[in-house]
Formats: sequence, C-alpha cells, structure tokens
Amino acid sequence: MADAALRQSSAPWLLSLPSLLLFVGLLAVPMALTAVLSFHVFEGMRGIQPTFTIANYVQVLTDGYYYELFLRTGLMSLGVTAICVLIGVPETLILAKMRPALQGTFFVVILGPLLISVVVRTLGWQILLGRQGPVNSALLSLGLVEEPVRFLYSMTGVVIVLTHVLLPFMIVAIWSALQKLDGQVAHAARSLGAGPITTFRRVVLPQLMPGILSGAIIVFTLAASAFATPAIIGGRRVKVVTTAIYDEFLTSLNWPLGAAIAIMLLIAIVAVVLGSNRLVERRFKQVFA
Amino acid sequence: MSTMSLRGLSKSFGNVQAVNNLDLNVEGGEFLSLLGPSGCGKTTTLQMVAGFLPPTAGKVLVEGEDITYVVPEKRDMGIVFQSYALFPHMTIAQNVGFGLEMRKMKRPQLQERVDEALSMVRLSGLEDRYPSQLSGGQRQRVAIARVLAIRPRVLLLDEPMSNLDAKLRGDMHVELRALQRRLGITTILVTHDQVEAMTMSDRIAVMTGGKIAELGTPQQVYDKPVSEFAYRFLGQTNEINGEISVSDAGSTAVRVGSASIPVEASEAPQGGAIKLFVRPERLRICPADNSKVKGKITTRLFLGGVWFYDIDSDIGHLRVSAPNLGAAQADEGETVGIDWNPGDMQVATPEVANG
Repeated sequence: MADAALRQSSAPWLLSLPSLLLFVGLLAVPMALTAVLSFHVFEGMRGIQPTFTIANYVQVLTDGYYYELFLRTGLMSLGVTAICVLIGVPETLILAKMRPALQGTFFVVILGPLLISVVVRTLGWQILLGRQGPVNSALLSLGLVEEPVRFLYSMTGVVIVLTHVLLPFMIVAIWSALQKLDGQVAHAARSLGAGPITTFRRVVLPQLMPGILSGAIIVFTLAASAFATPAIIGGRRVKVVTTAIYDEFLTSLNWPLGAAIAIMLLIAIVAVVLGSNRLVERRFKQVFA
Repeated sequence: MSTMSLRGLSKSFGNVQAVNNLDLNVEGGEFLSLLGPSGCGKTTTLQMVAGFLPPTAGKVLVEGEDITYVVPEKRDMGIVFQSYALFPHMTIAQNVGFGLEMRKMKRPQLQERVDEALSMVRLSGLEDRYPSQLSGGQRQRVAIARVLAIRPRVLLLDEPMSNLDAKLRGDMHVELRALQRRLGITTILVTHDQVEAMTMSDRIAVMTGGKIAELGTPQQVYDKPVSEFAYRFLGQTNEINGEISVSDAGSTAVRVGSASIPVEASEAPQGGAIKLFVRPERLRICPADNSKVKGKITTRLFLGGVWFYDIDSDIGHLRVSAPNLGAAQADEGETVGIDWNPGDMQVATPEVANG
C-alpha cells in the first residue's frame, strides 16, 4: 500500500525528470554561472579574478552610456511591439475572414520568416535595404524620396527587420484569442445598434486583449534580446544591449562586465513583462477569466 | 405590435438554394416559429431578417417598410442568440444597457430601463456581476433582458433554449411565452425542437428544403398537416402503404394486403398507390375479435406517462401509444385488435423532392 502511494506521488516527478534535467542543465546552470561571473573582478593584465565585487553593477548603473544603451534597446523593442500590434490585429482579422484554403496558404506565408535561418534572412534584408537595393530604387523611381534612405546601420532598418521576423508570433497569439471569440457577439452588438467601428472597438478588441498582450510580451522579449538582426543590420552604429554584451565578452574580454549587463537585461525584461501583464490583466480581468 | 412580411425571400450559396422563394406574413404581436431540421433554411431566413446576410432575391418588410438592405444596427430588432453572445468584458448592467447606450440614452433613464428589463427576467441584484459568474439559465435571461431593454419592433429568437437542461428549458418556455404575450412583441423563433415550437407559438411554419412545408397553429400542423414532411417531422407517425379501391357501392377504401381501410372519398386521390398516416395515440388496442385490424405485439415500452406498443399487423408495422391509466396492459407476444376513429387515418400530399 505504502509502496503504491509512494510510486504514485513520485510518478509526476519521474515523468518530468528528463525535461527538468534539460531545463536545469541548459538554462538554470548557465544562468547561475553567468550571475556568479558578474560578481567577479576583471583585471586588464591578469584576466578574471575569483574575488567578489559589485563593481560591475556599479559601473553599469553609474555610467550614462549604459542608460542610453538600455533606453535605446527599450524604445526599439517597444516600437517593434507597437508596429506588430498595429499590423498584426488587422492582418489576423483579414486572415480569419478568408476561405479555409487561402487561410492555409497565407499562414505559411506569415510563418515563413520563422522557417528561414536568421543569417540568410538578415543578409537578404541587407541586400533589400542597401543604398542601391530594390527598396531604395523603388522609392527613388516613385519619387517618394529625393535621395536613398539610410536603412542599413540605422534604427529604421533594425525595426523593419525585427518586425518582419517577430510579426508571426503576434499573429499566432491574436489568432488563438480570435478562435475563442464567439462569432455571434459581433452580430449581437450590431443588432443592438452599434456600427461596425463601435462594434470592433467596444466588443471585439477588448476580447482580443489577452492575445494581443501575450503576443506583445513575446515580441518585446524577443526584440530586446535579439542579437543577429541588430548586429548585422544595425552594425556598429546602432548599438543595443545584446551587441554591447557581445563586445564585452569577445572584444574587451571583460566577461564579468558582460555578464553583469546580461543580468541587468534579464531583470529589465522581466520587470517590463510583469508590469505590463499586471496592468493589462487588471484592466481586462473579465476577459482573462 | 409590428407586422412583418417576407416576400419571395431567397438565398443561395453557390449551387445550394438555402432559402427558396419564401413568403410569410407575421401578424403584429404574433409568436411565430420557424421549425425544421438542420439545413432546412430556418437560420438563413433569420439571418436575412436580422440583416446579417443579404438575400439573393426577395424582400423583408416591417410595417410595410422595406428593410431588405438596411444595416443590422438600424433595424431595431432584438436577437437572442443560441450562444447568448453576451459581452464577457462587461457587467450585466453594461450588457443590458449597451443597446440603450448606442441609442444615446441619458444616464438616469438608461438606468431605469436596465432595471426594468432585469426585473422582467427576474435578475434584479446581479447588475454588477460578469457573464462568467452566472449560470447558463441566468445568462440566457440576461440575453433576453438585453434585447427587451431596447424595446425592439421585432424579437428574433435563434434556438435560444438549446443550451439549457430539459427542466429549465420547460420553465423558460412558459416564462418567455408569458413575457412575450404581456409585451405584445412580434416574435420569430427559430428552432429544431418541436416541443419548444408547439408550447410557445401562435403559429408554426414547418420548413424543409428552404421552403415552408406547413403553416398553421400548433394544433393544425400536428393534427391535420397537409404535407407528408410535417407528418414525419412532427411527433411520431405510422405510414401505411396501400392501393385505392372503389367498391361497387361507391365507397372508397384503401387496400393493404388482405385488409381494407375505409377512407373518406374527398381525401383520396383518384387511383393508384396511396400513403395513409396515423398518429400512435389515435390507434387503440382492443380485443382481437371484430376489430378492423389484428396484430401481434412485438415490443412493449413503458415511458411512465404512456405505453408504447410495436405491433406487427395485417397492414404493416404499427406503433400504438396508450396513456398509463393503471389498468392491466397487453403483453408482448399477444395478438390484439387495433381500432381507430374514422378520420384519424389521413392522406397527405407527397413530399416533393427538392433538387
């Protein structure tokens, strides 16, 4: 009897053991090591010293350069998230109105960016956005601009490319919220006297908020921690937190400082995500029930 | 007390004719049901009346005014949906007040109308709850209150009871019917539930293949339908296949095998094969001697209020029902006689195959 009870109580643990090991080994341990590393001393001549210090954090928190870095990263992520919401909501609504056959095709198109290697996709964008690239040629020949727009090595370019690759996450999140929406609700609002715009604003949109929120969290997090796109499209000129961490690790070889910045980035993202989550959930708590 | 009429209303989806040249007049204050199996076109009809679907042809008139192409928000119709379609992010009071708010009604008056509507459906006191905090029955009452609050010209009910359990459904039938009578609001109910249609309606339109097969009071469509479809769709029925025969004396009868069933000549078409219909409750079990038809009981079912007998008779398989009056009942395997009153065996016009 006791044996059976024991087996029953330990079963969930045993069953989740493989994924637990994977999680601990590949996520928890490296993160803990990074955290430990961030409290080490770095000396130019002798490298990393196993002496406890908070100097790395003090340096990050007192230097205006890092504030600028974090602010730029935050604004970039916020911009990408906002554009993803603005494009994602109508795009998902249009997708939902399509015939099932077309829906499948367009889903593949929308998820396409995720199926291509980040390097290939980003280099492709580099060609597109170049000074003499197709986008600039088109803009010039249409007379929309006087001289080529600087997309490469600029924030504009980074935001465009990040939006392209992160939009699928937003659409999938809104799509799942839309599937839960009772189709008759919009009809009910219309028959009660609300026009199409009022119906959308007062009835449909609030019910899509859980999807928009989870999409925004994913997009924001991925944008803030994106490395390849800012590195290739932004280059040296548009430095964000992730590229700064990379530089500390591989150029300055100041691993402890890099680790400290990485930990700060983690904390900042978690704070933003939790904060916005609380705010939106309180505002739309009935929809989340 | 608005009258409504549908004139030649049609809707086709590709090659499928969902609603086919439908004509229907609804009196002011009348409760009319569109009853039929799924796919008969009743929901499509309702959607066209509500303005959610443009008809392929035909007109929708309310009080003589053509509203066929008027947008839903300008139709002044109240619709209770199958899913209730409450707004989950609004309180009950906000839900009920939504239509009034859209009509730009001022606060105090709006409040009054919301209170009035909620008290009509006996939900006073739940104003600040959210739909997710209510039971299924309560949600339905909110949906009803929400449309009553706007005092619509026409009330449309789209299978409103199908998500309720049987007991609650029965109670709601009575309550909704009483409310509708009291307010005198013209109502169209779409349902596949014949009990629902019978208990609530002034008239029932039985639909099949996008057309009205039968239109009349509940008693008319059940007792004396003119279409075979209505006979089969409403309640239970026995179908007897036979041949018309006219005796030397001039009386008409239907020959089924060796038996002969007299029918009123006026009802019978001239010559050939014919179908007779009779309801199980119009057949009686009687002693085998001197009965019109004899048969052997193959199955006996007890349903509490009634007994059902399946009988292999001279004129084919028959189902007979008898009220449970506490008397001794014939057993399975017994041979019994079957009797009925003249006129209970009826002829109906054959179903026309819909292409």
